[in-house]
Amino acid sequence: MSTAAFEFGPGDFERVAIERRTQTLSRPSVSYWQDAWRRLKDNRRALISLWIVIALAFFTLAGPLLWRVDPAAQDLDQVSQAPGLPQVAVIVEPYVPWAGLRATPLAAPAGGPGAAAGAGMPTDAAPTGLRLVEPATTQAVRLAWDPVPGATGYQLYRNIYDTEPDGALGLPVAEILDPAQVSFEDRLDLEAVPYWYSVVALDANGAEADGYVTLRVETSRVISAAEAETLGWIDDAAAVAIGDEIVLPYHPLGTDYLGRDMLSRLMYGARVSLFIGVVAPLLFVVVGIVYGSAAGFIGGRVDQLLMRFADFVVALPFLLFMILFKIAFGIGPGESGIFPMLVALVLLAWPATARLVRGQVLQIREEGYIGASQLLGAKTTYLVLRHMIPNTMGVILVTLTFAVPSVIFTEAFLSFIGMGVAPPTPSWGSMSNEGLRTMLTHPHELIFPAIFISVTVLAFNLLGDGLRDALDVRMRGQE
Amino acid sequence: MFRYTVKRLIQGVITVWFIATATFIAMHSVPGDPLSGERLTNEEIRANLEARYGLDRPLFEQYLIYMGNMTRGDFGISFTQQNRRVNDIIREHFPVSATLGILAVVFAALGGILWGALTALFRNRLPDVVIMFLVILGISVPSFVVAGLSQLGLTSLNALFGVSILPVAGWGTLLHMIVPSLVLGLGTMAFLTRLMRSSMLEIINADFVRTARSKGLPPTRIFLKHQLRNAILPVITVLGPAIAAITTGGFVVELVFAIPGLGRYFVQAVQQLDYTVIMGTTVFYGAFLVFMVILVDLVYGFIDPRVRLE
Repeated sequence: MSTAAFEFGPGDFERVAIERRTQTLSRPSVSYWQDAWRRLKDNRRALISLWIVIALAFFTLAGPLLWRVDPAAQDLDQVSQAPGLPQVAVIVEPYVPWAGLRATPLAAPAGGPGAAAGAGMPTDAAPTGLRLVEPATTQAVRLAWDPVPGATGYQLYRNIYDTEPDGALGLPVAEILDPAQVSFEDRLDLEAVPYWYSVVALDANGAEADGYVTLRVETSRVISAAEAETLGWIDDAAAVAIGDEIVLPYHPLGTDYLGRDMLSRLMYGARVSLFIGVVAPLLFVVVGIVYGSAAGFIGGRVDQLLMRFADFVVALPFLLFMILFKIAFGIGPGESGIFPMLVALVLLAWPATARLVRGQVLQIREEGYIGASQLLGAKTTYLVLRHMIPNTMGVILVTLTFAVPSVIFTEAFLSFIGMGVAPPTPSWGSMSNEGLRTMLTHPHELIFPAIFISVTVLAFNLLGDGLRDALDVRMRGQE
Repeated sequence: MFRYTVKRLIQGVITVWFIATATFIAMHSVPGDPLSGERLTNEEIRANLEARYGLDRPLFEQYLIYMGNMTRGDFGISFTQQNRRVNDIIREHFPVSATLGILAVVFAALGGILWGALTALFRNRLPDVVIMFLVILGISVPSFVVAGLSQLGLTSLNALFGVSILPVAGWGTLLHMIVPSLVLGLGTMAFLTRLMRSSMLEIINADFVRTARSKGLPPTRIFLKHQLRNAILPVITVLGPAIAAITTGGFVVELVFAIPGLGRYFVQAVQQLDYTVIMGTTVFYGAFLVFMVILVDLVYGFIDPRVRLE
């Protein structure tokens, strides 16, 4: 053994790393939100709903940038147009007045009792030979017929439905009191639809005969070059020739009863409906969080008082007070009425969230980690912001998702009874209301907004179900 | 139980007072008033009218008079139909709304319980899938769309048979009531079906059900006496709010089907700014709903002994 003295210096020692092998994490840890996302991704219905919601957001935000049509602009040449392909019009010569056709009035049939012309016209006399003098266009429909013996004049009717089933002749368009006049030119508000024209002969007293003749007329859409330029359909009237086809402003989803573009209105309506549907829940959830966490955290008498007040607000009949508040705030001229609706919604809808958050706060307050945090000197604001709110976030998010469809419903309901947004601002609810009036003849005006409301509400409901399953641990597995 | 009832009733009265006050405040902050029409330019006429309706007094005095009249059950005279008392309007039109509402609630509750139980029994099989799809549809489609489409359907149905099988609109006979009450109850029925299904699913394999089965009880008896009775409880709890939803939902159905109910009058009064009718109907509806909820809660106590302990 060597007697050389060992001199130990600091360099001879090395720090041993603390190693605890009792527990190792061999997989990366999954946070609450990662876990929730994983669960949501497995839920096919929720995922499809999420995509629908994203598509709706795109439709609302980017839609009006891509489809630049003014939702308030009226296209009076295409009122209540059904959805379909673009309409075309043929360029024709400008309108030239027409003198019409004349014929020698025929006397009453021989042997008639009356001496005066027409007195002897049989009561069931019907004109014959009703024909188009030239092809019918939206510029003019020119009709002619053979004179009726003994008639003193003719009455003309136009119908947009077939007259056959019940003999309804439709709109009286002209009364001709000259028996020699056996033609008629119709220029009244013609559209490119089929018309049924009827002619009835008038007797000596000006009364109509029972018989009539009807002609179905298909008008073709035409326009003169100058008119098309005035309407802005073409840039230069000189550049088109007679017989050219030009394409009218296109309305893929048709137009409403005032000739406004449905697609554009649906997009702008989505802005209103979704804006209220998303912003109002956000606002009242924030109010509810502040109110509920204050009540839950302060506790005692303050809590009692705050919650009693919330109970009263809950007891208010919701829709009645929505209407009352809407009237109370009033809508000035030129305002859309979105802001009063938001305020009314926030005033009435916060207590549900407040109750929920209060319950959560009361529960979390007793948790161990809160005690530990308090021991380490955490202040109240820190506790609320760092521990309470993040831990109630899941429940709040679920409430938020379910609040969206109910608010959209409320907006639609109010707009439907005329208490929602003021015209001309479109919203899906007010569009449905307008569409309901023309439901029988132009169902697309009701069906499109109705589909949009339904799909949006459905998507948010299913997304809410999925989020609840993914986020709310206690509700998991329940249906 | 008695103490609980009294407590709830006192709470109810305070709530109604709160509703009345909120209505008063809301109505008196409305810009413009029903007297500021185009015709009444004469100052004297205006002053006389204001005196008649008590609008010339200080606001607080107006409030006291209003509350005094309310407690006596006098809602005043309509502003737009000058010889009609609001009480008469309510007495005349509320029974119509109530009939419609009761029918709708009965239909919604029976339908909800039946479909909910059915879907739970046939879980994940065809009837379940079909009914739950319809339920989701019923929750997602607004009532005015359902009302409009069902009217359209009725029109074509009547046209198909050539005779009027069911009237498209109006009120009077039992036939008039069928379709509107179905439409009105549809949303609530969908909601109750969902609720009934989930509560039935919890019950369906509960211990006491297994015991009953092992005792050899017939399946119908187990279903009726053990499963249905227990699963129905949550449905009864939400019936109060459901009645509220149905009553206010009645506005739209009454409007679309041209039913002379109170809801239609309310909407009309709102559009014409008829102060007294709005205040009267709001307070009346509010009180009605508050006490309906209390009633349902009390009934719940009788049905479920566990709640009676409170």
